[in-house]
Amino acid sequence: MIETHTQDTTPSFLEYKGRFKGLMGWIFSTDHKRIGLLYLYSMLVFFSVAAILGLLMKLELIAPGKTIMGAQTYNSFFTLHGITMIFLIVVPGLPAVFGNFFLPIMIGAKDVAFPKLNLVSWWIYIIGAFIALSAQFMGDGAPDTGWTFYAPYSFKTGTNMLPAVLGAFILGFSSIVTGINFIVTMHRMRAPGMNWMKMPLFPWALYGTSWIQVLATPIVGVTLLMVVLERTLQIGFFDPALGGDPILYQHLFWIYSHPAVYIMILPAMGVISEIIPTFARKTIFGYTAIVVSTLAIAFVGYFVWGHHMFTSGMSGVALYTFSILTFLVAIPSAIKIFNWVATLHKASIDLQTPFLWALCFLFVFMIGGLSGMVLGALSANVHLHDTAFVVAHFHYIVFGGTGYAFFGALHYWYPKMFGRMYDKSWANIGLAMFFTGFNTLYLPMFYLGMTGMPRRYYDYVDKFHGPNIISSLGAILMIVGLIVIITNLVRSARYGAPAVKDPWKGKTLEWTVASPPSLENFDEIPTVTDHPYKYE
Amino acid sequence: MDNGQHTHIVKYSTFVWILIILLVLTFSSVAITQLDLGVYTVTGALLFASVKSVIVLMYFMHLKFDKKFYAIMMAGIALLLTSVIIVTFLDYLYR
Repeated sequence: MIETHTQDTTPSFLEYKGRFKGLMGWIFSTDHKRIGLLYLYSMLVFFSVAAILGLLMKLELIAPGKTIMGAQTYNSFFTLHGITMIFLIVVPGLPAVFGNFFLPIMIGAKDVAFPKLNLVSWWIYIIGAFIALSAQFMGDGAPDTGWTFYAPYSFKTGTNMLPAVLGAFILGFSSIVTGINFIVTMHRMRAPGMNWMKMPLFPWALYGTSWIQVLATPIVGVTLLMVVLERTLQIGFFDPALGGDPILYQHLFWIYSHPAVYIMILPAMGVISEIIPTFARKTIFGYTAIVVSTLAIAFVGYFVWGHHMFTSGMSGVALYTFSILTFLVAIPSAIKIFNWVATLHKASIDLQTPFLWALCFLFVFMIGGLSGMVLGALSANVHLHDTAFVVAHFHYIVFGGTGYAFFGALHYWYPKMFGRMYDKSWANIGLAMFFTGFNTLYLPMFYLGMTGMPRRYYDYVDKFHGPNIISSLGAILMIVGLIVIITNLVRSARYGAPAVKDPWKGKTLEWTVASPPSLENFDEIPTVTDHPYKYE
Repeated sequence: MDNGQHTHIVKYSTFVWILIILLVLTFSSVAITQLDLGVYTVTGALLFASVKSVIVLMYFMHLKFDKKFYAIMMAGIALLLTSVIIVTFLDYLYR
C-alpha cells in the first residue's frame, strides 16, 4: 500500500519552463529526468554509429578475402566498435538513462542527492566521448588495438592511441560521479517507510552497480594513465624491454573490466525484475534472494577477472583459483533466473511488448551464461580463447543481456517518460525481426569458434564461409529490426496515443505519478507502507 | 541547532605531526625498494602506503571523528582491495 499525492495538473518536466529555453534548457538542466533523456539521445547516436560499424564488419566477413575493406580498416573498425559500445553505451547505459530517470521516482524522492553533480557527469561523458572518438579522425590513423588496449602493442602501435585512452580515462570519472550520486541518494533520500527491504529491485541493482562503479573504475583509470605515461615517458610498467610486465596490464585492466561486465548486467537484471512481476500480475518470487544475489554478484564479480587471461602465461595456482571463482559467480546469477521463472509459475501473464523483451532476455542470457561456463573451464578455454566462440558468448551476455534489457526498459517505461503509447504491433514486429536476426548472427559464431575461426581477422579460410554467410545475413535482419523498433518509438513520441498514469498496472512508485512526471515528481513525498510488488 | 552533526577542531600541532609521519613513511617506502627483500619489497611498500592512507583518512578526512558506520564501510572497501591484491599475487608468487 502506497499513500501518495500526485499532480496531473502541474506541467510535466517536458513542458516546464526553467531559466533557459530550447536546447539550453536541456543541456544545462539539473532535472534528473532531463539528464536521463540527454544520456538516452547521446547513446542512441553513438549506438547507431557503432551498430553500422558492426554491420560493415559482418559484410566484410560475408566472403573470404577482402570484400569491402582491408585488414587495417577492419582492425580500426572493431576497435572503434568496441570502444563506443563498451565505454559510451553499455557501461553507462541503463544506470545513466533509466537510473537517472527512475531511481529518484522509485524511491519517492524529488531528485538525486547531487543534481548539479549529475549534470556535470553528463558533460564529462560528452567531453570524454568526443576525445575518445577524435582519435579516429586525426593523427596517424585510427587505433587498432581493440577496446582492451592490450600492452605492449598499445604503446608500440603507430596509430593514434592517446586520445582514445585519455577519452576512456575521462569517461571513468562520469561513471564514478554517477555511482557516488546514486549511493548517497539511496542512503539518504528514500521515502518515509521505505526501508531497504521495501526498496524495488531496480534501485537495488543500481545500488550494487554503483559500488562497482565507485570502487573498480579508478583502477582502470590509473591503468590507462600508466599506458599514457608508458607511451610518452618510456617508464617501463608493461614493456618487457624496459623491465615491465605485460601481464600486469592484463591484471589491472581486467580487475576493472570484469566487474564492468556486472556494471552492465546488474541493472539489466534489475529491469527484468521490474518487468516480470508487472506482467505476471504476481508478487516476485524470492525478493530477498534476488537482493542477496545482486550483492553477491557485485562482490564475487571482483575476483573472477583472471578468466580473461587463461592463456596469458599466469601461474597454475592463479589459473585454478580464477576458474573456481568463475564457477562460483554463476550461482547468484542462476538464483535470479530461477526466481524469475518461479514468478511466472501459475501467473496471469499479460503478453505485452516489454514482457516479450524480458522473455527473450531470459532465452539469450541463458545461452550467454551457459557458454560462459564453457569458457570458465580451463581445459575448454585454452582451445576457445580468442576465437569467434568468445565473441558469440560476449555478445549473448552483453548485447543479449544489457541490450535486451535496455530495449525492454525502453518499452516498459516509454509511456512514463514521454507520456505517449507506442504502436504495439510494430514494436512486436521489430522485436521478432531483431530476435531472429540476433540469433542468426551469433549462433553460427559458436560453431565457427569451436571449429577454429579466430576473432579479429578480416579474412578466413574457405571452410568457414557457409556459417559466415548465415551470420552476416542475420546481422542485416537484426539491423532492419532495430530500424523498425527505433522508428516506431521516435514516431510514437509525437503521434502515439496519450498514456495514462499506470498503463501496465504496475505497483512501484513511478506508476503513481503523472505520465510524464512533473518537475519534482511528487507534490508530497509519499509514505510507503508495504512491499513494492504486492499483487496478491 | 543540533542537527545530529558534530564539529571537531583538530589542533595544528597534530597536523604537523601527521605531516612528519607521512614524510617519514614516504621516504621509507622509497628506501625499502633499495633493499633486496624479494616479494617482501612490494609487501613492505604496500604496508607503508596503507598506513599513510589510514592516517589521511582518519585525520584529514575526519573519519576518526565521524560515525562508526563510515569507518566500517571504509574497512570493508579496504578488505576488498586487499583481497584483490592477494589474488593478483597468486599469479606473481607462483609463476
